[in-house]
Amino acid sequence: MAIIEVEDVARTFTVRRKVGRLKRERSEVRAVDGLSFEVVAGEMVGYIGPNGAGKSTTIKMLTGILVPSEGRLRVAGADPSRERVRLARRIGVVFGQRTTLWWDLPLRDSYELARRIYRIEDARYRHNLDRCIELLELGPLLGVPVRQLSLGQRMRGDIAAALLHDPEVLYLDEPTIGLDVISKNRVREFLAEINAEAGTTVLLTTHDLTDIERLCSRVMVIDHGRVVYDGSLEGLHGIGGSERTLVVDLATPQPDPITVPGARVVRMEGPRQWLAFPSADSAAPLVAAIAARYPLVDLSVKEPAIEDVIARMYGGEVGREMEAVSG
Amino acid sequence: MAESTSGHSARYSRYSRYPRYGRVEEALRAYRLIAGMWLRASLAYRASFWITTVGNGVTSLLDFVVIAVMFQHTTVLGGWTLPQVAFLYGTSGLTLGLADLLVGSLDQLGQRVRDGSVDTVLVRPAAALAQLGADRFALRRAGRVVQNLLVLGWSLLELRLDWTLPKLLVMAVLVVCGTVIFGSVFVAGAAFQFFATDAAEVQNSVTYGGATMLQYPPSVFARDLVRGAVYGIPLAFVNWLPALYLLGVPDPVGVPGWFRFASPLAALLCATAAGLAWRAGIRSYRSTGS
Repeated sequence: MAIIEVEDVARTFTVRRKVGRLKRERSEVRAVDGLSFEVVAGEMVGYIGPNGAGKSTTIKMLTGILVPSEGRLRVAGADPSRERVRLARRIGVVFGQRTTLWWDLPLRDSYELARRIYRIEDARYRHNLDRCIELLELGPLLGVPVRQLSLGQRMRGDIAAALLHDPEVLYLDEPTIGLDVISKNRVREFLAEINAEAGTTVLLTTHDLTDIERLCSRVMVIDHGRVVYDGSLEGLHGIGGSERTLVVDLATPQPDPITVPGARVVRMEGPRQWLAFPSADSAAPLVAAIAARYPLVDLSVKEPAIEDVIARMYGGEVGREMEAVSG
Repeated sequence: MAESTSGHSARYSRYSRYPRYGRVEEALRAYRLIAGMWLRASLAYRASFWITTVGNGVTSLLDFVVIAVMFQHTTVLGGWTLPQVAFLYGTSGLTLGLADLLVGSLDQLGQRVRDGSVDTVLVRPAAALAQLGADRFALRRAGRVVQNLLVLGWSLLELRLDWTLPKLLVMAVLVVCGTVIFGSVFVAGAAFQFFATDAAEVQNSVTYGGATMLQYPPSVFARDLVRGAVYGIPLAFVNWLPALYLLGVPDPVGVPGWFRFASPLAALLCATAAGLAWRAGIRSYRSTGS
């Protein structure tokens, strides 16, 4: 049962650019172009792509904020832009960059207002709110005006607000952007639980591949406004032969690159060396092998950047390898 | 698949049992909830609330003092006496004040369009117009309403009109339709801000400029201006035309006699046009990047 259906959708924006002093040039930008996909109820889908690929535009069309220029969209059987108000009861939206809470009100008042606007039954409201307070650790924040919350706190507050009315579909646009590791983990655990228990369909955009790894069985990659990959994360890594990077700090600078099977050094700087290895492989045996032969001080593993994974999908240029490592 | 609304999982059907609420009813309810929230927030600072409310009343009273001073040197203005002009002044200010109290916040829409925060309004289950109209609802704007009511009350006492049932009816219709006409201008102006975010100035010249014009008798203005207010942006239907009937004053420009009672029609036209403009505005909203 597809709960989200997107069929040949396009959205164009007219951009006016100043040319010279008075002249203005109009040009059309196709943010989304020939986009088609379906999401089944209960799925948790990662929606990724480089900046400007059309991720946010898609989400805004699915919520009814933006009207598509072409094509057909259905969410829970409704046309989002034409039946926006009715659909709003059945979806939850979290914008990482923008709060849906009332800025000047304490968190509690924002929820109370949402309860009344969404007409949430008392028992259900209490149950959902208590659950969010517990899992997102909102207790001490309820009396604080939204504008005084930190980014991570506000994000947790926003996620709770989006779930109080038991939405069937939850859209998250960069829900972990700018969060510290602890907040990120808390948000991820919560989302996984909501999806597992309530069967909420989740579509999330992110720049952090770890979000996808931890949450989504399915990932869609969008570039230049259309879906260029739709499948598992492993499959995505497989396609491009994508690589993770192990950064090791040795006790003393080594004159030669470390040689271990299954990885190769791509960069050296004093005692620090960067080793690339296939994303599908585990880092543990690699670390063990290095530690056995070299005096290891510190290490970290870097996930491939989404841009890099996508670049590789198109055949990948070798030169980007260094870029990804230094970036 | 989209057309099947039954026959799938139990969880799904639970939601299709949502009662369908009337659109207008839901919009008014959302308006009340949001305005009530802002009202409580503003009353938290009681002293500041009263100071601004009284302050607003006093500043707008000064316009009337200007008119009253003018009458120290003359007994009639364009053929109208001071109480008659006070009637125009009071009805113009009252209707504008009510419209401003109810939807004046729409003035600020351009800012919200520019920073993309209209997004958050559009994902809530209530008409955007109701939510944005109630946004930052400020009861202090009632200061203008109260002050104009005082002037209107004084003028009615002085005029000693012979209140027949039709006249009472026209008076009530004047207040309601005048508010609707001014409110429509606010809404249309806001709709325009979806296309040009600094359009509020144009709308202000129609609302506040128009209201100032309506404070004076139509006979003091050029005929073309008055005709524009009848056939263009129909502000003349706010108080000029009904006043011709209520005060029994001759028509200075010569419009059909039934126009004096046509305010509801003008209000309906204005509201429809504003509604369509608003719809077009919302559908062309382009949000911001990310």
